[in-house]
Amino acid sequence: MTPAMILLITFTHYPAIQTIINSFFSTARGRRKSVFIGWDNYQTLLQDDVFWKVLINNFWYAVWTIPLSIVLSLAMALWVNDKLKGRGFLRMAYFTPTVLPLIAVANIWLFFYTPGFGLIDQIRGLFGLAEQNWMGSPDTALYAMIAVAIWKEAGFFMIFYLAALQTISPTLREAASIEGASKFYYFHRVLFPLLMPTTLFVSINAVINSFRLVDHIFVMTEGGPNNASSLLLFYIYKVAFDYWDTAYAATLTVVMIALLIFLAIGQFFFFDRRVHYK
Amino acid sequence: MFRPTLTLNYDRVLNTLAAWLLALFWLLPLAYAGWTAFHPAEYETRFVPFAPLTLENFAQAWSEAPFARYFLNTMILVTGILAAQFTLCTLAAFSFARFTFPGRNILFALVLIQLLVMPDILIVENYQTMRRLDLIDTIAAIGLPYVASAFGIFLLRQTFMTIPKELDEAARIEGCSYLGILWRVYIPLAKPTFLAYGLVSVSHHWNNFVWPLIITNSVETRPLTVGLSIFAVTDAGIQWSVINAATLMTSGPLLIAFLLFQRQFVQSFMRAGIK
Amino acid sequence: MFSNIFKTAGAATVAAFGFASHALAVDLEFYFPVAVGGAAADTIEHLTAEYVAANPGVNIEAIYAGSYSDAGQKALTAARGGNPPQISVLLSTQMFTLIDEDVIVPFDDFVSEEDKVSWIGGFYPSFMENSQTGGKTYGIPFQRSTPVLYWNKAAFAEAGLNPDVAPANWDEMVEFAMKLTKKDANGDVTQWGVRIPSAGFPYWLFQGLSTPAGAILANADGNKVNFNGPKVVEALEYLVALSADHGVMQPGSIEWGTTPKAFFEGETAMMWTTTGNLTNVRNNAPFDFGVAMLPAKERRGAPTGGGNFYLFKDSSDEQKQAAVDFVKWITAPEQAAVWSIATGYVAPSPAAWETEEMKAYTADFPPALVARDQLEFAVAELSTYENGKVTQAFNDALAAAIAGETSAKEALDEAQAKAERILKPYQ
Repeated sequence: MTPAMILLITFTHYPAIQTIINSFFSTARGRRKSVFIGWDNYQTLLQDDVFWKVLINNFWYAVWTIPLSIVLSLAMALWVNDKLKGRGFLRMAYFTPTVLPLIAVANIWLFFYTPGFGLIDQIRGLFGLAEQNWMGSPDTALYAMIAVAIWKEAGFFMIFYLAALQTISPTLREAASIEGASKFYYFHRVLFPLLMPTTLFVSINAVINSFRLVDHIFVMTEGGPNNASSLLLFYIYKVAFDYWDTAYAATLTVVMIALLIFLAIGQFFFFDRRVHYK
Repeated sequence: MFRPTLTLNYDRVLNTLAAWLLALFWLLPLAYAGWTAFHPAEYETRFVPFAPLTLENFAQAWSEAPFARYFLNTMILVTGILAAQFTLCTLAAFSFARFTFPGRNILFALVLIQLLVMPDILIVENYQTMRRLDLIDTIAAIGLPYVASAFGIFLLRQTFMTIPKELDEAARIEGCSYLGILWRVYIPLAKPTFLAYGLVSVSHHWNNFVWPLIITNSVETRPLTVGLSIFAVTDAGIQWSVINAATLMTSGPLLIAFLLFQRQFVQSFMRAGIK
Repeated sequence: MFSNIFKTAGAATVAAFGFASHALAVDLEFYFPVAVGGAAADTIEHLTAEYVAANPGVNIEAIYAGSYSDAGQKALTAARGGNPPQISVLLSTQMFTLIDEDVIVPFDDFVSEEDKVSWIGGFYPSFMENSQTGGKTYGIPFQRSTPVLYWNKAAFAEAGLNPDVAPANWDEMVEFAMKLTKKDANGDVTQWGVRIPSAGFPYWLFQGLSTPAGAILANADGNKVNFNGPKVVEALEYLVALSADHGVMQPGSIEWGTTPKAFFEGETAMMWTTTGNLTNVRNNAPFDFGVAMLPAKERRGAPTGGGNFYLFKDSSDEQKQAAVDFVKWITAPEQAAVWSIATGYVAPSPAAWETEEMKAYTADFPPALVARDQLEFAVAELSTYENGKVTQAFNDALAAAIAGETSAKEALDEAQAKAERILKPYQ
């Protein structure tokens, strides 16, 4: 365990502490050394309207992607687990996003969203609908990104639900139907509670991904138009490697860490009681 | 066994329909990739049934970038990380689960921090560290920050904790060393967790983009994601046919493997049963 | 193929000279981005190998670093980490950032007085605007471009316009575009008149409007901007009106990557985009097309774009000298011509256009000359200190106005205020 600790300290604790320290210093530029500036970076942050916009975007991104990808993955798992026709095909279809790197598929989604000759507009055209600039309008750009993220995640989460469903004995279901319980009752009172540990596992992943999954934004919108589809990690990346303002990037990172800790605590309390009921 | 009633059938039809619709929707990007990759560029946006087929896009993608090398790099990366993670996380999780030593809880809390403070957000600092270690532009540098994974340690520890102590006492009486117990008792019993964690890890590193982009400079180290992204960037606009050919070429092996072995894969996964 | 032969030749030369020459050999690292597809990378590697083969004392490792922004990130990250390449091709707009970071040095110290006149003085002045500041030369133009207007001759003929005449000024562009915009029975547009891509970095093509309107966006010292002058507002109002009032351009921000395809598909009858697309359009447009300078308002005008060679600070004088010699060779007329023909970038010196290869190429493909002729009217691409932040503030303003979130004037006022705040320490 010592090697694990050394690696953790080198690549997590040390850089995390360094990040916090850096957030109180100015960015060194050439001959101008970095100097201690107290809370200045945090003050800049409070006044940075892009930061607030990005934070709100990230909030909506999380609000949509987390529950939708979980619900869809559960539905997929139930379908594939049920002996529906063409199960193998369904399983493969749901699984494809896991294999295709997001950075590459983003180009395909870009085509789907392209106004005029893009796939969605070609289909809309069949119904006589006008073309729509999905990525180019601030009202829809973020939702276009959310759809891609859900597509990417749901199939992956399905596998975990599927595996969990297989461990649940079919006798439970038979018992329930003999007692005359409805399908919904069975799902709600028997299946869902039994799946709770998987839901916890999946939802931790979903929360982390709602901050981490930004690859497609590099290809599709670069955060635009006017930051309408920018997310926190993408903004950090931009500040660090485009504006070269590492101190401010550190400040943003500290905010992100704080947010994640806050969410983790919340999640822990939310699930704590339910998970142990099994 | 009772005969399904009419309503049940109805329900089933609806479910099948919904499942198929969703599946077709989920498959669209792959279907489009297949369409463009095998047709000339004029048909990128036109879906006519008898468009001429071609392999030209694959030839072009293959000649314009060293995808075989990128694929190899990714394979080395993913398997290397997985092997290292399994070894380190197992040992660490075992110590946390089975030994008491001073400061254990504090140490464990320190591990858990990484669940939140993911290496993905510490790119800037980690780059500096890699430079000091003289590891810039190596495959090791892409993997190192992820090797000691809090997620892995946490999951394995939870699993190990559920294994009854009596089992390892019995093994010890039979003369097993600690490592022997770990190898003979704990690891076999934790197989499902290893499988689940392995899948998360492989999928993460197969897809990972930002950190490898920063840390790699050369063909010899670049993973597929970075290779594909720099291949796709051009002023001349997006050439879907060639890009998608490249994507299919590189993701194809995995996809075909899944198609061929999906029954075995899913079954072994299911038999293992993940909690 | 060729590059392999050259590489082998280079390796053989090095091997033949053995240890003696190895001790003397200068090792150079050279990062380059490519924005025009994989074949361009081969050309650079091939040229580099040719140079190495002819100069056994030098080893150059040419590293393809991806897009411009990838290459910029890599070079600066490496320089900050104390491990920079000796030379790199990066965006000309990064000059002030690189100076501010203290990672590059001017070429002047490694160039003889004679070469200053004949070599550095030999490039087009509009390319040097983004390459010199404070009387020193920090960038040598290499893969430079400028935006031009492409038009679909078939669509022009169909709309009753003369297929051989492009709009010469702003009013004509609107007038032509209105004739070119086609609608179906529902009143939905099936062909737009014009397409000016604006996603990601709208400022660049916007300079193709603000310059003709008579505005210069930043000063030559890179510490003052003019984002909200009346001419800039006028230019932005014109751009917004194309969609909002005249209905001749796709509303919302418009993707770059899909623009050539939109042109080929007849989604738009005219497009504005870089000369870097010439070869692509020539190979793929299923109709006759024309290439013209951007339309004029008060004057003709367009920005330049693309990348320069920079000389990094953290290396020995010997390495720097060797690097400068290499840059001098690769930007010389013959090499520049090879590069320009292979990629569609604008050859950076008049002498390069006078080479036999280039003459043969332009005789065969006259549209290539449009970019050269436009250089007379071209100005520097927007570039300041804190370039990323300042440009982003401006981009956000343009995007906000294009989306109709705010008026042109309001958006630009805000961008000006932001930029002034950011640039304060540099004034």
